[in-house]
Amino acid sequence: MELINIGIKSIFIENMIFAYFLGMCSFLAVSKKVSTAIGLGSAVVFVNGITVPVNWLIQEKLLTTGALAKLGLGSAFENVNLEFLQFIMFICTIAAIVQLVEMVIEKVSPALYSNLGIFLPLIAVNCAILGSSLFMVQRTYTLAEATVFGVGSGVGWLLAITALAAIREKLKYSNVPAPLKGLGITMFITGLMAFAFKSFIGIAL
Amino acid sequence: MNFLRKQLDSVKPHFEKGGKYHKFYYIFEAIDTFLFAPNTVAPTKGAQVRDAIDMKRLMITVVIAMLPCLFFGIYNVGYQHFLAQGVEASAGEMILIGLKQVLPIIIVSYVVGLGIEFAFTVWRKHPVNEGFLVTGLLIPLIMPPDIPLWQVALGTAFAVIIGKEAFGGTGMNILNVALTARAFLYFAYPADISGNVWTYLPEGTEVVSGYSGATPLAVSYEAAVSAKQAVIAYEEAALLAAEDPTPLNQAAAEHARHVADSLNTGHLVSDALANTWHEGLYDFSNMFFGLIPGSIGETSTLMCLIGALILIITGVGSWKIMVSVMAGAYLTALGLNQVAGSNEYLLMPAHYHLVIGGLAFGAVYMATDPVTAAQTERGKWIYGFLIGFLSILIRAFNPAYPEGVMLAILLMNVFAPLIDYYVVQANKKRRLRRATAV
Repeated sequence: MELINIGIKSIFIENMIFAYFLGMCSFLAVSKKVSTAIGLGSAVVFVNGITVPVNWLIQEKLLTTGALAKLGLGSAFENVNLEFLQFIMFICTIAAIVQLVEMVIEKVSPALYSNLGIFLPLIAVNCAILGSSLFMVQRTYTLAEATVFGVGSGVGWLLAITALAAIREKLKYSNVPAPLKGLGITMFITGLMAFAFKSFIGIAL
Repeated sequence: MNFLRKQLDSVKPHFEKGGKYHKFYYIFEAIDTFLFAPNTVAPTKGAQVRDAIDMKRLMITVVIAMLPCLFFGIYNVGYQHFLAQGVEASAGEMILIGLKQVLPIIIVSYVVGLGIEFAFTVWRKHPVNEGFLVTGLLIPLIMPPDIPLWQVALGTAFAVIIGKEAFGGTGMNILNVALTARAFLYFAYPADISGNVWTYLPEGTEVVSGYSGATPLAVSYEAAVSAKQAVIAYEEAALLAAEDPTPLNQAAAEHARHVADSLNTGHLVSDALANTWHEGLYDFSNMFFGLIPGSIGETSTLMCLIGALILIITGVGSWKIMVSVMAGAYLTALGLNQVAGSNEYLLMPAHYHLVIGGLAFGAVYMATDPVTAAQTERGKWIYGFLIGFLSILIRAFNPAYPEGVMLAILLMNVFAPLIDYYVVQANKKRRLRRATAV
């Protein structure tokens, strides 16, 4: 039950985009077409689903106080706390996994690969992904919870970007004032979408 | 009428190309076509369709469909005003109080909204969008009767500029404009627009004893909680009687059993709703007719049904959306009743959900907005059903939000293009398969 709660919470109530405004750059930039948005969104779900549990392992087995001693390095390491390496370690994991995803996508779907272009490597610095890992530490999840949370916040991000892409495809028929065209109106839309998503905030599960 | 026509024709040259007021041509055109049917015809080549319907007639139909709600709302504002004070008053007095409270809100909403519209017309050189005739009336209808007028003005301005004109005007917005205004006020000034239901009571008014602004949902919650306590009391008394079977303890257990039995939860909630501070206020029939406190135009399910009939007969509103919203809400509430368990908010009988709050109003006038709803036929079913589903979910799990309907519709406005996209994709795939199978 707790796992379902965390899943629903991370998708809707604490949506990465609309509750924390994380991962905005690719959200705004790669949302012109639904098909591309789904591709990038799925990549985020995949990367997030792997990095959060992997980072959980790193955090618990390497970084926290006494973790090294438990690994069998002897009692000399009992008081060693490597948490100052957290950011670097997390980023390294994310970068490695993004590299992996990139190779897989290039092999499986070259069309999607060329569509995503520069944004695929940029997932490595997508703040939603680093954010999920850091939230996971902050909220002291267990491994199972961390996995659900990782996939959940990825799915929330996917949902947000596809909805935005569908709106932007429809927006082709609108008569947006010239200065607002492109990024400007997208910011407006994001704000209005966050409005609508506020309906979930405060829901107690 | 002839005089008016002549006047318009005499000033017309000034507004046409080369005239000194050409900048304001669209304002002239708006007034002209508002008063008279336009006499322009399509190019004589090609197929011609003769039809009186244009955007203005379409919008006016919606306005007419809203009038029952408006008139009833005016009466109801007065009715609630006197009811809360326990004062006997004639229908005339009630209407007078209602008018005094409602008319300023309508005027502010129209003046602010139309002012902005006209300004944008001149600036962006597009014809005046009649959409605001509808929005300008919808906004007052979903406001509490005691809302400060400056908030109405602010909400309207926000909704028209950010929610509509930034996207190019009528027909191009992504969120329902009236709901944007309401949601903006809700999040910006929660103190004035949340919590208890609203009755217009000027400061220092004496209210009838026992008066409370509790919503039907809150009343049903209280009842369910007390039922649970009664059951626990019965269990304790029974246990005591079993351990120590004195006549006194047995009598107490017997009494507790009676109480617990009579509190068969389904009946209990409707009984509690019928017995609030005013006898029968939250009766099912009373809530259906709409003599309950709430936002100005949304209390009466009956008036919404009349409006729905007008919209459906004229073909302006989609019956699919209205039906699916109601069905979604009813089925969700029914399902939640089954799994109520530890959450007392889930216990309200399902059919009550259809008549409380703004569900009927939202389903008829808001969800069917042709611009922001799903455009595909199958998409409309999905869209409507999800609105109903989410409304009940928000009511049950987030009772701090009155008018969950409003947020549910806004949320589905956001997802409507996505629903359409997938309906179209599925259609394409199916037809492609049919074509290649042969």
